[in-house]
This record gives sequence, C-alpha cells and structure tokens, in this order.
Amino acid sequence: MNLLAALVHLGGTGKYINWGVLQISLANLIIIAVMILMLVVAIALPFPKHESRRK
Amino acid sequence: MSAASTSFTTTAHGSRRFRPDRDVVEWQGPYRRYDLAKEVFVCFVVVLLLTVVCAIVFSSPDERPVTVKSWSNAAPVDFAQTAMTELDGTSGVATYGPPYTQVPGAGQMLGPVSIERAVGVRIPINTAQDFVLKPLATLPNRPALRSAIASYEGASASQQAAWDAAYENVVANASFSDGQLVVKAGPYGPVGVLINNLESMARTGALDGALLQSPQLYATNYTNPLLFIADGTYLADQAGLRHLQGDQWGMMNETGNFPGQAWLWLYTFWYQVNPMKSSSNGDVEVWAIMMVLTVLLALVPFIPGVRSIPRKLGIYRLIWRVHYRSLGPEIVSQMPPGNQPLRR
Amino acid sequence: MITSPADTVIADKDTWTGKIRDRAVKELPPDRLLPDSQPSYVASWAYVFGALSIGAFAVVLLSGAVLAVEGPAWWHKSSAGLFVNSLHMWSTEFFFMFMVVHLWAKFFMAAWRGKRKATWITGVLAFMVSIGTAFTGYLSQQNFDSEWIATQAKDGINSTGAGAFWNVLNFGQMLMWHIVLLPLVVAAVVGLHVLLVRRRGVVPPFAPTNAQLAKAGLSLAPAVSGGGDAPVLEEPLKPPASEPHVQHEPVAAPAVQEPTGQAAASQEPTAGLSSQPLWNLPEAQS
Repeated sequence: MNLLAALVHLGGTGKYINWGVLQISLANLIIIAVMILMLVVAIALPFPKHESRRK
Repeated sequence: MSAASTSFTTTAHGSRRFRPDRDVVEWQGPYRRYDLAKEVFVCFVVVLLLTVVCAIVFSSPDERPVTVKSWSNAAPVDFAQTAMTELDGTSGVATYGPPYTQVPGAGQMLGPVSIERAVGVRIPINTAQDFVLKPLATLPNRPALRSAIASYEGASASQQAAWDAAYENVVANASFSDGQLVVKAGPYGPVGVLINNLESMARTGALDGALLQSPQLYATNYTNPLLFIADGTYLADQAGLRHLQGDQWGMMNETGNFPGQAWLWLYTFWYQVNPMKSSSNGDVEVWAIMMVLTVLLALVPFIPGVRSIPRKLGIYRLIWRVHYRSLGPEIVSQMPPGNQPLRR
Repeated sequence: MITSPADTVIADKDTWTGKIRDRAVKELPPDRLLPDSQPSYVASWAYVFGALSIGAFAVVLLSGAVLAVEGPAWWHKSSAGLFVNSLHMWSTEFFFMFMVVHLWAKFFMAAWRGKRKATWITGVLAFMVSIGTAFTGYLSQQNFDSEWIATQAKDGINSTGAGAFWNVLNFGQMLMWHIVLLPLVVAAVVGLHVLLVRRRGVVPPFAPTNAQLAKAGLSLAPAVSGGGDAPVLEEPLKPPASEPHVQHEPVAAPAVQEPTGQAAASQEPTAGLSSQPLWNLPEAQS
C-alpha cells in the first residue's frame, strides 16, 4: 500500500453550503463544528483527581 | 499570615473598588500535583499523531498554477485581448495607480485620505514596455517583428493611440484557429504583428521567462507575470470554478474539499455586506474595520460591558464546577471584601 | 548569596548580568517558572488547549524544518515531500483550531482578571502574528492557490499603503518572511505569553454566588453595620459535600483595612476563628 497517496480524495469539486449571504465549504464547517464540540466535551468531561499536596 | 496580594476596600477614598470583572483575590487554597512538562509533551505527541493520520488519509492540495503558457493555450483570445490592453494602457495594472503606475486620482480613500496615494509608486511598471515590447525584443531572427517594434516605438503618441483603438475594435471579435489568432483587417498598423508574435511567444512558454527579466538569471520575484495573468479573465474564471472568488467567501477557502482558512471568516464577511461590498474603497474600508476590531479584542480587559460577559454568561460555573462543589470554610479568606457573594 | 571570603570582592549587583539575573529570579523563581503543582481549581480539560496549541506549533515548526531541508520546490515533485507538506498543512489547521478554542475558554474564564491583562494582550498578539505567518505560508506554495491568493490579497494590502513595501507577488520576500522573520516573532510572543502565565499563575475562579455557597453547605453571615470588611461564615459550620482528601482547617477572617467611609453591602465585625493559611507560596510580586 502506498502510504503517501491520499486514502480519501479531497481534490475535485468542493462541496459548499449556502445560507443567505453565508457560503461555507463543508470542510470549513466541519472544522468549526469540531472546535465547538471540543470545547463542550472538554468542559463536560470529568478531570482526573490527584492527591492534594502540601509542601 | 499571608495576605492577598492586592487589597481592596469598599470605600472611595483613593483606593480601588473590587470589580469582579477586573480583579481577583489571589488563591490561598490547596494545590494539586500537576505535571506541566508531561502535559505539553503528551499534547505534542497527540497532535503529531493526529497530523500524521490526516496527512496519510487526506494528503494536501497542490493544483498547478496558471502560467502565461497555459493561459494562452487554454484561452488564446482572452490572452490577446488582455495583451492589447497592456499595450494601450487600459488594463487593470496600467490603470491601477500606486504602487505600480502613476495615475492621477487613483488609490483607495479612507475618508479624506488615501494612504495608497500618499505612499506612491514604488513598484513601477510600464505595461506596454514590460509586458509587451521588451519581451518581444528578446526574440531572435524575426525581421518582420523587429521592424514592427521599431515602427510602433517610433510613431507619435497620437498615431499609436489610433492604431491601438483600431486593434481594440477587431480583437473584441477575435477567434483562434490552426494555432493562429484570427482578426479582421483594419488600420492598426504594426499592432497586429506585435500581438500575433506575443501570442505565439506566450504559447511556447517563452513569455513566462521573459516577463521575469531578471538581470542575473536567478529570479524570485514574480510580480510581472502574476499581474499580467491576473489582468485576464481566465485566472478569475478558474478561481470561480473552485469557489475562491471574493463574493464566494473565497478568502476562507481552499481548492477541492480541503479545509482552508476558517479564521478569516470575519475578514471576508465584511466584503459580503454593503457598503463595503459595492464600494470602490472596499478594501481599505474592510482593513480599517478589521484593524479596529483587532485592537478592541486585545483591549477586552479594559472595556466595561464586554469584560462582564463571561461572568454574566456563567459558563465559568461549568468549567470550575469541581471547585465550587468543594468549597469549605477557607473560602471565607478568598472572598473579596464588600463584594461577596458574587451578584450575577 | 555569599558563601566564601572570595565572594565578598564581587559586587554582582553592578554588572548587567547580575541585574538581569536578579530581576529574572525575582520575577520567576524556579518553582514559579516550573511549578509541579497547580491550584486545585485547575481541574478541567478546558485548560489543555494552550498546551495543545504549543504542541501543534512544535509540529508546524518541525515539518517546516523538513521542508526547508529540501527547499521550496521539493514537495511538488516528490511524494515524500508532498507527505511532509501535508504534515505542515494539517498541523497548521490544528494549531489554529486549538488556539481559537483556547481563546474561547480563556474568554469564558475572564482570564485577564487580577493583573493578567498583559497575558490576554500577548495572546491576541500571538493570534494575529500567527495569521500573518500562515498567510505568508499560503503565498509561498508556488501553485494555483498561492497565485490566486497573491493576486487577490494585493488589493487589500495595497489599499493600506503597505503593498508598496510588502509585495505579496514577490515569492522570495514572502518565503523569507514566512521561514525566518515571522516564526521568530510568533515564538517570541508565545514565549512571553507563557512566562506571563507563570508569573501570575492561572487565574482564580470568580467568587461563588449565594447559590453555590448554599450548595456547598455554607452561607455568609449577614452584614452588620460599623464592622470590618471581612466576610465570615454563619455559625454553625456545616461540613460541605466534597472530596474527602481536601482538608479543611479552621480559618478566620484575614486582617483587612478598616473602612474609612460608607461601606457597601456585606461587612462583618464578628471574626471568630484563628487564621491558618492552608498554603504557603513565595509572595507573588505585583
């Protein structure tokens, strides 16, 4: 298998979403959605507890 | 006892009031083991792995550029029409004004001021010479071309203008067949020979190099060929097919289905709305808006109202929920005087 | 610190080196520069995006260095080169993703509070310089994308007058800004930003509301006129519902300034308990 060729071909004609004056590529929309999701998940996920420490 | 590093009183006697959006009482409470170096290292490894996976799965775009050669082969009539505007000084570059050409009154205005005009011409371009006549002069063994160049350059300005206008008329309806530009006959003197030769020079690829005109062989500055190409409609048409034009929010986009520059969303947004959208000073207006907004973003800590948004939104209560659930009597020493509990 | 008779000869405060060293150690003593603990409120994954941004920046720099080893034409001809270019492109996307989420998180935490405005400002500056760095990178691609970006962006930049000096159509100039000048600026601004975070520490949470205090089983005594500034708990103390390993020791109202005039809402005269700080750190210098 040639590891240096793309497994998912992202060339060709881009997919775009139009909404009024807004036009955004599907790729950029996914990026932004992932960013929002990351922040929500980061806030929601419990953080591991460590022992309280005294010097 | 260890005092808070800032002290506040609730009075107005020359001391600061505690403002929850500006001030804190520094932490007096417990600490927990937290390995920063390990965290940064793990984050580096995580990002490296994510990047390697994306690079393997998606690769990256690399569409070949439009060259003068590819342009003149794909759209020979567009090339000839553009070349004519470069010769007669009506092209986009020729009429641009600063920093390329001296055109009275050219240059975008921001209110009463044109910074562009004030700075002036610092990348001087003479499109007739630099894009047409000098490149043609580099071609060897073409006596008919040589005499056409001499004839054109030796003519008076009004004679040149008359020839130019006549050729403009016919090239508007030009066609291309058998590797030749086909235009109607007309009183355009040597201009037909000039444009024909430039067309064939372009189609062989020799014009790309000639436009660089570097005196020492090596070139790293592509101003002339890029400006010439951008004066035609072919490049813009190709960009439009790829959703890269200004009114397509193109500044954010990449060729194909690759993610582009999502962080430019606000910058390109202003180009979609009036008055910037249809203004002849649209570029400088958008730049001015974005510079102001950038400064305001940096100065958020100083802006009342805006700096209160985090406290009023209350998302912090989710972020610090572990802290708020573990409050104990020591919280008393960490409450700001005169301003506790926090009023929302 | 003088440890031997020979040391008494040296007046190190007179040398530039000595002054720089003393100032650096004063602002950032080793355990503040590289602490191995954080306040207990630093307990959320929301804090990880700064480190992720730095991790991404490191991948950007490394992949860029490999591209530099072979030169700017390599990635167009070689599939290994295209792979390294892909690493550089995707790490840049991740860099911006993590940096912006970090900005959002810091905004929601109002992280500029408590003399941390410079930290916020350097963060915005890092963002802006990064955008410029990415821009010069896109201009250096020598392909259709860079060609279009250059011929379009020139209008915006020319309109400000900067285009006369900073020519986006000049590949040599843009490449050198991208690989030499701007990465140094980004690294310097990010470095300053991180040092500022270390200097002041991670911003504490907002003071709790009544509702949050109630949930923790605490409430503050109501204000009594003529008293000091200090808040005090109502008696009797109720043990909060919290982790067993966080020890609560008896505390008292800290010493506060006497109010010299009309005091606002909740002042409290009856401090009952003796003060016992739970944690001792080197004094934070303001």
